[in-house]
Amino acid sequence: MTTSWTETSPTALAERLRAGRDAGRRFAGLYATAVDASHLRLTALMATPGGGIDAVDALAPAARYPALTPRLPAAFWYERVIHDLFGTIPDGHPRLDPLILPLPDDATRPRPGGAPCPAALDPDDHVLARRVLGTGLCTIPHGPVRSGVMESVEYLVETPGEDIPHLQIRPYYKHRGVEKRFEGLDLAGGLLVAERVEGVATVAHALAYAHAVEALCGVPVPPAAGLIRVLHAELERIANHLDVVLRLCDAAGLGVAVARFGWHKERILRLVGRLCGSRFGRGVVIPGGVSGPPRLSHTALGAELDRIRAALDPDLRLLLVTSSFLDRLRGTGPLPPARADEHGALGPVGRASGCRDDDRVSRGYDAYPLLGPAMVDDVDTGDALARLRVRVREIDESFRLIRAAADRLDTTGPLAAPCTPDDGRGIGWAEAAQGEVLYAVHVTGGRITRCAPRSASFHNLALFGEVFTGDILTDFPFVEASFGLSIAGVAL
Amino acid sequence: MMWLLRGLRNGVLTTRYPARPDPYQNSFPAAVAVTDAGRQPDAEQVADGCPTGAIQAAPDGRLFVDRGRCILCGACVRARPDLFAWQPGAATATAHRGTLVVPESTETDESLAALRAALAARVRRLRRSVHVRHVDAGSDGSDEWEVNALFNPVYDVARLGIFLTASPRHADLLLVTGAGARGMTEPLRRTLDAMPRPIVVIAAGTDAISGGLFAGSYATLPGVGDTLPVDVWAPGNPASPFTLLHAILLALGRAPTDAGVRR
Ligand code: SF4
Repeated sequence: MTTSWTETSPTALAERLRAGRDAGRRFAGLYATAVDASHLRLTALMATPGGGIDAVDALAPAARYPALTPRLPAAFWYERVIHDLFGTIPDGHPRLDPLILPLPDDATRPRPGGAPCPAALDPDDHVLARRVLGTGLCTIPHGPVRSGVMESVEYLVETPGEDIPHLQIRPYYKHRGVEKRFEGLDLAGGLLVAERVEGVATVAHALAYAHAVEALCGVPVPPAAGLIRVLHAELERIANHLDVVLRLCDAAGLGVAVARFGWHKERILRLVGRLCGSRFGRGVVIPGGVSGPPRLSHTALGAELDRIRAALDPDLRLLLVTSSFLDRLRGTGPLPPARADEHGALGPVGRASGCRDDDRVSRGYDAYPLLGPAMVDDVDTGDALARLRVRVREIDESFRLIRAAADRLDTTGPLAAPCTPDDGRGIGWAEAAQGEVLYAVHVTGGRITRCAPRSASFHNLALFGEVFTGDILTDFPFVEASFGLSIAGVAL
Repeated sequence: MMWLLRGLRNGVLTTRYPARPDPYQNSFPAAVAVTDAGRQPDAEQVADGCPTGAIQAAPDGRLFVDRGRCILCGACVRARPDLFAWQPGAATATAHRGTLVVPESTETDESLAALRAALAARVRRLRRSVHVRHVDAGSDGSDEWEVNALFNPVYDVARLGIFLTASPRHADLLLVTGAGARGMTEPLRRTLDAMPRPIVVIAAGTDAISGGLFAGSYATLPGVGDTLPVDVWAPGNPASPFTLLHAILLALGRAPTDAGVRR
């Protein structure tokens, strides 16, 4: 699958992307790169149905450019991030509140792709307070320190008491400066950062990063490496989907079910650990292939998979007939298909609202074209129950893919091709449990000059605030769990 | 009702740790050890190969690994199997930051003993049960999975009197994950202030100890040690459930003594 690169002017960019949208493409991302002190390059990514990614560049003044959001609502969060990181104003943006890095001064910003930034940039929440008070709304904050063991994020319920509350989401508390961190690293160093952008999707991020780098190397990954990649990517998917299931059970107060699914998830993590030495699949994927063969025999892996399924399947079946539980999810947090389509909702969240896209199928990579993954394409009720149903079906399919990959695996040949990248920019993608992960990697002389990861969590979290139709407080844990997102991949 | 019946099957799943060692705790790499304590002519160069600066070369050419900075990437073990090796084991947490540096502690045994005694005095009233409050200070998300795993039936820490609490006012122990994101500095301080004294603080994971791979970022402090009075340091990237459990037991003076990683 290929990436096409074209160039346009910042004034024509919005129209160009809108036309692409109207022709059936999906807006997949927008990032900027500092070119010099007074310019930045905007790069918009559009996914073609059943094809690759189209990248559209536009060189813009560093001070301001015409906002895309009015013509392309899905760009809303992306332009806020560009303002946070570059101090650039998208003119005509409807609400340019800080998202991942509130700073008082547009002149001192990290500016990824440009010169080294100041050693310390402290987020300044006065910037936020001013903006919120300025709008004259009443707000109820929730977070950033959560109850339970959760990632830090703040949700502000605006206009409480109304039927449709508005939710402001502030992930900036845990901003780690990820994009700048990539710069200057070699390919192996960049991989370590990619694995930690969104740690619960380590393998998917490593894959998207590796695919971007491999696009610059022009070498095919050995078939056996492609199979091992699928094996780990699907185990990661199962673990994440089980995490969602157990969090939903927790929200519903199904104590025994929480314990059962916690056990199943632990067994998957242990299996991953036995296969590669890391419970999160770290160190498996390397640019050009994988670092080594699975450390379990085909027989041992098959036997453990059988044991896990024998215990897990009856629990999933029981859950799907536990009516008190299903009633709680049915109709909760609905994402209408039209809205999901307009935004280009990703992963199980998108598929539960009728968005028929899955990078494993539409933009196949590694061993997926060989194994023929089935996409869940007959669910569109868009509620928390639909999202659960999609995930349960995907767990089943993941087990099949793992078996199929293991059955075909022959590790006698090489497991990695030498990967020496040409200078340039590569785009890579992978379907994480959360949805499509996209990486843009710029390389010069074997070093990373810019890396822009885009997690599905970032893209989908923008929709999270829109789906509350009932009592926000009682629905919140169900909706949050059913989205299944990680804040680390949002705050970057 | 059906779920209730399934619940009855859970009893057999739970680890016996810390009463007995658990075979799983030794089945995955938990730390890096220096296997050659001698002087290396190329020590500086070897140290440069570590992405987080965890490998330190003494002026005389001896090598040390700071487990508080190690992200377990394995680059050293792959490049120099003559100098470094993986070590399994759960007992990697320590009550002194300096003792995470191997092969040799920079602390004398007396000062370590004093530190342990002081901690033990503070936690005396907690021996039977302890309430844990967790705060994420800039994790990659995997740390929270491992903390949550403590409460699954395999680790089932409630059997040891360890409980989670949502309220800082009822917490005895603050477990912090994440690289010390600057945005979390104030929320962390506020959480600490709202907790009763005495309080025990655990830095959970290499990120929380040193910032890990994100040490030196404009957006992070090097871990949470400058913001909070850390009592126990639990390395790992993320720290495994066994290491977390060991850290909590260490904080309570209930850690098993002989299951440790040998230095
Ligand atoms: S495993 Fe990686 S991070 Fe740890 S000491 Fe070795 S090279 Fe450094």
